[in-house]
Amino acid sequence: MTRAKRNRLIYNIVTYAVVIAAFVILQSMIANKSISRTLKGQLVPICSWVIMAISLNLVIGFSGELSLGHAGFMSVGAYTGAIVSGYLLTARGVETEWLRLAVAIAAGGVAAGIAGVLIGIPVLRLRGDYLAIVTLAFGEIIRNLVNVIYVGVDGARMRFSFLNNDLPEGVTMLVDGAKGAVGIKRISTFTAGFVLVMITLVVVLNLVNSRAGRAIKATRDNRIAAESMGVPVTKYKMMAFVTAAVLAGMAGALYGLNSSTIVPAQFTFNQSINVLVFVVLGGLGNVLGSVISATLLTILPEVLRAFADYRMLAYAIVLILVMIFTNNPIVRSWADRIVAPAKRLLRGKRKAEGGDA
Amino acid sequence: MKKMFVMFLALILAMSCVGAFADEEPITITVAHIGPTSPGPAADASQYGQATLHGAEIAVEEINAAGGKYRIELIHEDDQHDTEKVVNAYNTALDNGAQIILGTTTSKPCEVAADLGYEERVFFLTPSASAPAVIEGRDNIFQICFDDYSQGRVSAEYIAEHKLGTKIAVIYNNSDVYSTGIRDSFIAEAANRGLEIVAESTFTTTVDFSVQVSEAQNAGADVVFLPMYYDAAAPILITADSKDYHPIFFGVDGMDGILTVEGFDTSLAEGVMLLTPFVATSEDEKVVSFVQKYEAAYGTTPIQFAADAYDGIYTIIAAAEEAGITADMDTEEVCEAMIAAMQKITVEGLTGTMTWDETGAVGKEPMAAVIENGVYVFND
Repeated sequence: MTRAKRNRLIYNIVTYAVVIAAFVILQSMIANKSISRTLKGQLVPICSWVIMAISLNLVIGFSGELSLGHAGFMSVGAYTGAIVSGYLLTARGVETEWLRLAVAIAAGGVAAGIAGVLIGIPVLRLRGDYLAIVTLAFGEIIRNLVNVIYVGVDGARMRFSFLNNDLPEGVTMLVDGAKGAVGIKRISTFTAGFVLVMITLVVVLNLVNSRAGRAIKATRDNRIAAESMGVPVTKYKMMAFVTAAVLAGMAGALYGLNSSTIVPAQFTFNQSINVLVFVVLGGLGNVLGSVISATLLTILPEVLRAFADYRMLAYAIVLILVMIFTNNPIVRSWADRIVAPAKRLLRGKRKAEGGDA
Repeated sequence: MKKMFVMFLALILAMSCVGAFADEEPITITVAHIGPTSPGPAADASQYGQATLHGAEIAVEEINAAGGKYRIELIHEDDQHDTEKVVNAYNTALDNGAQIILGTTTSKPCEVAADLGYEERVFFLTPSASAPAVIEGRDNIFQICFDDYSQGRVSAEYIAEHKLGTKIAVIYNNSDVYSTGIRDSFIAEAANRGLEIVAESTFTTTVDFSVQVSEAQNAGADVVFLPMYYDAAAPILITADSKDYHPIFFGVDGMDGILTVEGFDTSLAEGVMLLTPFVATSEDEKVVSFVQKYEAAYGTTPIQFAADAYDGIYTIIAAAEEAGITADMDTEEVCEAMIAAMQKITVEGLTGTMTWDETGAVGKEPMAAVIENGVYVFND
């Protein structure tokens, strides 16, 4: 095994281990009721934001394209999830919650994936800033579209209306224009969120370490060189983009089904930026970093409630400090010094076993 | 060290004795106010949250000073007008021992929180969440304010009855529940009342309103109905003024706050009419006292939201007395007892005389005010 391969293996194992350990600890806390209501209520949103961060990292960190419309995919997933779940319950009488949740999440992923393909075709011909602006526009288009969509269930039929609510009286509304998706039965669970995070990790970590993943990273590092080596750039960019969209859609469905109502205003440009902050803070191309930063930055504002009025100020200051410190060479060398012995220890052990090739 | 410990123990003992001897120890109810006191990711509604919080604080101070049967301990959690954050605010409030929720201030977050409360049996009294969906299908939540449908209907009624104009333009935010809800019921009632809607335009962000204002101007509207929050209304008034267009602007309760927008020339708001149950310049004794206390404490004139929350606290006390709430009741028992009590009580508040039915909607007289010389005046 080469050193690079081994490092990658260790990194992947650590990533999975951190997520599993967090799940086990939290579950045992829930079991013996030592968890606060606040934290318990945040578990599902945290899972959603973690998935959002990982999937955006795939686009920004690995494929090297700045996408500012990621919340758009999330809203596609959230709305699709809400519609599918509502339809299954009202029209088909599916009472089993996990089944409805699974179908809704899958549908959310598929819908967002289709949106990803449609957006990807024109967008991925662009580069850099242009791409960023077009993805931003996409997010806004999605938000404005869902503002004027009306979906209802009438017996076993699903009915749609656009621009104005033309649905007859007595229809159970699932999506009510600006009022958002209404009357959602909350069925998301932390376990489902955990499973989804694990699926995301498996997909992303395997993708980036595969042949396709190397091609994706090659197009990021040097597009011209990659093209001249015969790598179809658009195809691989598309692969990363659509995968990210599908994952974001699933996260959206999980997120949407955790709330009794969702509104288009929730998935603004601000939310896309929010996810971007998770990614940048966690490190571009660092999956574990995305997991940790999304978790901490979701919890942080709640922990800072003690600061009352100065809460958001404190949040901003913490963000700035983290950014400065993690990029400070002194802090970095200090961190390296702590990590180095552990690495040496690992390496020494492997050498003693004669494992290094 | 040991000596100090002994003294400390003695002190505690002495204090507990005093407690035991005092007769009729007031019962403490922990009420959590939930509302946006800082801007959120979707929008800034902090002015409303601040107002409801301050209004509630004044009422709590009065009640605790008067020393009746109940004492209120008020805690506050910020929800940032966001449907994700409100869940955290709600959970933190319950973590901190809240028995009753005064909130939430804004509609969409209220829908989410009240739904959680509905399942867990927590009693909600919202001062200002006016969307009909807030109380629909939930027995655990009651409103102090009118719901949006009533606001739109009453506005059309008022415009027709007072003959403010016959050509009406409507500008509304089609991405906002509050705005579209009021607009829908206004349009419906306007048709019944023979009002002609000559122009209707929409917006989703509060950047530029020249198109919408021009549309109303070109259609020759003499009344422009603005079912929206003050933050969008301010740029509309500025734009209209720059186009030398001076119709009657008619707003609803969200217009309340227009005079406190930073950097906004309040002379532009002269003559603006709004539907509000509370006017700070009223000569009613209770209102005068409330306004004085509020101004002394916070340095601003209270808006309707503050009065709603003030009434909210007194409503909680009235209902608690009716229900006979005791300190050892958990949130579920409190909830059931309060629901029953709410339908029996009548509260004389700053915003009118209020009664409630089992849906949770309030019954009281609607009133409209006009802005004159920078203050609201009841228009009669």
